[in-house]
Amino acid sequence: MPEVLKAPLVVEFPFTRSLGPVQSAFLTGLRERLVLGVKTRDGRTLVPPVEYDPVTAEEIRDLVHVGTTGTVTTWAWNHEPRRGQPLDTPFAWVLVKLDGADTALLHALDAPGPDAVRTGMRVRIRWTEERCGAITDIACFEPYDGDDSVVTVHAGEFEDPVHGIVAQARLDYTYSPGRAQTAYINALAEHRAVGERCPACRKVYVPPRGACPTCGVATSEQVEVGPAGTVTTFCIVNIKAKNLDIEVPYVYAHIALDGADLALHGRIGGIPYDQVRMGLRVEPVWSEGGRYPDHYRPTGEPDADYETYKELL
Amino acid sequence: MSKEPVAVVGIGQTKHVAARRDVSIAGLVREAARRALDDAELTWADIDAVVIGKAPDFFEGVMMPELYLADALGAVGKPMLRVHTAGSVGGSTALVAANLVAARVHSTVLTLAFEKQSESNAMWGLSLPIPFQQPLLAGAGGFFAPHVRAYMRRTGAPDTVGSLVAYKDRRNALKNPYAHLHEHDITLEKVQASPMLWDPIRYSETCPSSDGACAMVLTDRAGAARAPRPPAWMLGGAMRSEPTLFAGKDAVSPQAGKDCAADVYRQAGIADPRRDIDAVEMYVPFSWYEPMWLENLGFADEGEGWKLTEAGVTELDGDLPVNMSGGVLSTNPIGASGMIRFAEAALQARGQAGEHQVEGARRVLGHAYGGGSQFFSMWLVGSEPPDA
Repeated sequence: MPEVLKAPLVVEFPFTRSLGPVQSAFLTGLRERLVLGVKTRDGRTLVPPVEYDPVTAEEIRDLVHVGTTGTVTTWAWNHEPRRGQPLDTPFAWVLVKLDGADTALLHALDAPGPDAVRTGMRVRIRWTEERCGAITDIACFEPYDGDDSVVTVHAGEFEDPVHGIVAQARLDYTYSPGRAQTAYINALAEHRAVGERCPACRKVYVPPRGACPTCGVATSEQVEVGPAGTVTTFCIVNIKAKNLDIEVPYVYAHIALDGADLALHGRIGGIPYDQVRMGLRVEPVWSEGGRYPDHYRPTGEPDADYETYKELL
Repeated sequence: MSKEPVAVVGIGQTKHVAARRDVSIAGLVREAARRALDDAELTWADIDAVVIGKAPDFFEGVMMPELYLADALGAVGKPMLRVHTAGSVGGSTALVAANLVAARVHSTVLTLAFEKQSESNAMWGLSLPIPFQQPLLAGAGGFFAPHVRAYMRRTGAPDTVGSLVAYKDRRNALKNPYAHLHEHDITLEKVQASPMLWDPIRYSETCPSSDGACAMVLTDRAGAARAPRPPAWMLGGAMRSEPTLFAGKDAVSPQAGKDCAADVYRQAGIADPRRDIDAVEMYVPFSWYEPMWLENLGFADEGEGWKLTEAGVTELDGDLPVNMSGGVLSTNPIGASGMIRFAEAALQARGQAGEHQVEGARRVLGHAYGGGSQFFSMWLVGSEPPDA
């Protein structure tokens, strides 16, 4: 069996977050080197603060200013920091109960090694030099043996509060199209379209998926289809898509290659966009080294009769 | 043992807008949930379980947001579960919640769906750059426009029908204080003059991108007896799915949609939907889907749906009003859109729809679809409880 294709797939996006009043006060506080918690009706102080009481579901808004020193409640050593983590040398992930708080905050502790970390140890915040109102305004925690800090009520009001943050998300995948599509893609490299026929319903799938979605059985019989086909339907795209190097307007069409039992999608060229029509006979146009047809162009044959493709709509 | 009848006794929505920058996701869902509880005159303690839905996590980039929303929805210490069926999710979520009541697992269930589209970009979330594949598609409009063209070819519908739907829905939205788009100066000429985005779909025939949430309180017979306002009763509900693409798929009128509607009508004893159903809230993200779904749902014969639209039958004062609320064309917080259809149907059956109330609406269909026309969920609600 030929080797199955693989390629990296990076999914990356800068998500925005609207903070709401409580998180807004918390992150703005960090910018001002203050840690704010929220008081529940039964007198506990939650840090980081939440908008709704986890016990009663009440909306809670009474902010208090807690200490910048605290106690480690549990920890785990991180031998190999990854990109984007708080420190680039090995560190401890710690839960820290700040002085005056009843819940613990997750962050990093800068320590020379796991032997230097223990539950119950005293730590304090090391602030980032340039702060913007983000959890990273706390660079990390560091061991500390001074006094407890003082805890006071805080109105949570600041000049120029932070209302939103941008959370950069990134996922790294290794993508594989699988056996059937690998064969399809490899055939495309030779400018051939090869689908697979379902052994039960005899329908030819292009691109093949390795299984028939209606019969639920594996497919393996390869069938060469095309190269010409019929435009079954289409739209004219007038919106320029980001990261898409196609001039608008262009025609995005469903094309039933001769011998295929469902249409695939492609761009139509070699004809003014407003002259494309259902039933138009087209053939692929290959670009140098391309993995798929760059577009499809008219073959010059008469249009296909509607009756011949209406079941493919 | 027969099923427990399910009643809708509380409905809450946020005012849907392009961006709710003043609230977190928790704050957004809380607002809708609070309004639903207030409508039912219930407290968090009266709720036995919470069923929440939203569209793909990529839309906001919060993975499994239901985990962090338990506090905001009073779900701590209670069963909470998340449903996901793409655009139809708001409908499926309500049905999962309703089934918990119908099966007598719980007496009173809070169900809620939301989307905060402003936190991200749905077009991006739906178009990952898959290796070895040609990047082609320009968003949902590009996906659905060829099916609209196929519908027009199949039925011979004049190309103005889509604009009539958009003009109607945008005018209906003016009567709904929660609708996102309130285009006071809308005219048919403006709709018809708006640019073609994905020919044959015009700009004014597409849905907006909204932030919003919708919640309902569902309860049993005993709960309904205690309700301060008239309940809506669920007379039938069903979900169906099929693949996005398969040989033999009818993309214009998918079999799964027909089967789903037939199941709902069977449960509710509906022999002729056109005669027996008073109004419909259907999922119409692009205007042409109104005539398409009219056929798919059995309100018109194949090829005849557009004639109902053209004749004004689906207008607010027509004899089968469709999307009295303004529909998805006026409000689209994707994950919530299906539940808004279900909730608006219930509002009509309760006689609580305010300015967009259909006089005497007794049986109203709520409809949602999602993915590449692959998930369907529907319920029929009525002003009277189902026969025992």
